[in-house]
Amino acid sequence: MSAITPDPAHALTPSGNLARRLRVSLAIQGLAVSAAALAAAILFILVGFTVVKGIGALSWSFLTGNLPAATGQAGGIGPALVGTAELALMAGIISVILGVLTALFLTEFASPRVASPVRLMLDLLAGLPTILAGVFIYGLVVSRFGQSGIAAAIALAMVMTPLVARATLESLQRVPETWRDAASALGVSHWRTVLTVVLPGAASGITTAAILAVARGAGETAPLLFTSSLYGNGVQLNPMHALPNIPLEIYTLIETGYPQSVSMAWGAAFLLMATILLVNIGARILLRRGERKRGL
Amino acid sequence: MTFSDLPTELARDTPVAAYGRVRLTPRAQSAPVPDRRAEIVREVVFDAHDVSVDYGAKRALDGVTMKIERNLATALIGPSGCGKSTFLRCLNRMNDSIPNFSLGGDLRYFGHDLYGPRANRVEVRRRIGMVFQKPNPFPKSIYDNVAWAPRNLGMRQGLNERVEKALRGAALWDEVKDRLKQSALGLSGGQQQRLCIARAIAVEPDVVLLDEPASALDPIATASIEDLIHQLKLRYTIVIVTHNMQQAMRVADRTAFFSLDEQRTGTLIEYADTKQLFSRPSDSRTRDYITGQFG
Repeated sequence: MSAITPDPAHALTPSGNLARRLRVSLAIQGLAVSAAALAAAILFILVGFTVVKGIGALSWSFLTGNLPAATGQAGGIGPALVGTAELALMAGIISVILGVLTALFLTEFASPRVASPVRLMLDLLAGLPTILAGVFIYGLVVSRFGQSGIAAAIALAMVMTPLVARATLESLQRVPETWRDAASALGVSHWRTVLTVVLPGAASGITTAAILAVARGAGETAPLLFTSSLYGNGVQLNPMHALPNIPLEIYTLIETGYPQSVSMAWGAAFLLMATILLVNIGARILLRRGERKRGL
Repeated sequence: MTFSDLPTELARDTPVAAYGRVRLTPRAQSAPVPDRRAEIVREVVFDAHDVSVDYGAKRALDGVTMKIERNLATALIGPSGCGKSTFLRCLNRMNDSIPNFSLGGDLRYFGHDLYGPRANRVEVRRRIGMVFQKPNPFPKSIYDNVAWAPRNLGMRQGLNERVEKALRGAALWDEVKDRLKQSALGLSGGQQQRLCIARAIAVEPDVVLLDEPASALDPIATASIEDLIHQLKLRYTIVIVTHNMQQAMRVADRTAFFSLDEQRTGTLIEYADTKQLFSRPSDSRTRDYITGQFG
């Protein structure tokens, strides 16, 4: 131990082991800062690389043209855009209905004893590898009825539902208890209260949850592998058939190895990424605005 | 037009009000028909006999026996934690949602057992409205705040008139009549609280419970709420919890003093005419409290 009583004559520079402790502190701080910078850099590099590689492929004919009729040929991604939109819409409808109802059950109707295991199951479901959703629906639907847009939408909804439920849950929990008190003190039934006070109070949060889940689902690949991969090269709207889609089309194009196909894959990847990023940012702005308007 | 000019029969002549007055449960016997000529002999609205409240193993309130009479303002006063708010919230079953809540003794509303197997708590609250400590308007327009409960209870006929009547009843109409479509969150605290009162009386309840309605308001807003209580009791039975003794003296006909007993459990100490309770309290604990020696 060094001197216990500080020497008043000593200048106010670090004394004893303080200098060493300050150096350690600085080093740890530096590590944390560089880790955060690396995380941000990865996003920027990924986005930048995709933009550079992909933006050149964009053209009107690329966006609207049919998929390449044969390996390595020229073509567009029009049918895949339409198919992905349709899949995301169907899966969005399923997952929003299921997710919002689940969240309502958890906040409004379930006793705490039931709610906590259900919440745990939602988290576990959200953490499952997405290919399991594909395998499961393959076993349940595809092995009997063949591939279809509906089967793919169900598989996507399995991935999206826990996301919708969790985000909706959070926004329902932010609805002030005083509103529920006010409503129940007026002799209005619980369900009417939920429908006309609680849900509107959480509307912006639920909308955001739905948009984010759809954005996530639109980019999912694994659930589609066994459910919607055998499609033609033209536009397919009938959900009873496999629907062309962007994620699998990127996979197929890259797999061919032809330079033309690979650059098309970059173009499609850029398009997917840009859409999802913009939707994500937009949804978050919407959420903040909506909550501010409701005084939350 | 002031509130007292409104025809008092209106409520009883409309079918909606009649519905609210007939029965507590679908097949229960009819409530006694109100006879207004005999109002000097006041009807008993709430009859509490040895009411106790437990939250799990903790007894919060013990041995409350009191009768609350019609068209009077009854104040519940006492120190923090004495169970006055707990008792108030028992009157419209707002405590039901608290885990492990249980009520002992007998609590009757016009002779009906409030906690009986056939009493539905939604129906109970339909007749016994409540206004909370902190103004809690819905994030909707002023109009929609008042119209919300009538709409959801199927009282859609004459909704505009109903909203206007409720807002006039809460002495808010003149201040908001030109901006009914604007958000209620833009009103001042005192206006919001009067809006909450309007919202509560829009469904024409029998009773309005007020849980420290002015404690979050400034003195001017408080005065307007107190004026309003004087008008409201012409039409409704008022039960008000307040921690402010001057307020109880100003607004209440009867006052009940709650306090903690030796086991730190809330209980009713004294219940009397307000004038008598504050000038000649019969219990030494009441005297200590109102003279500021305790609490």
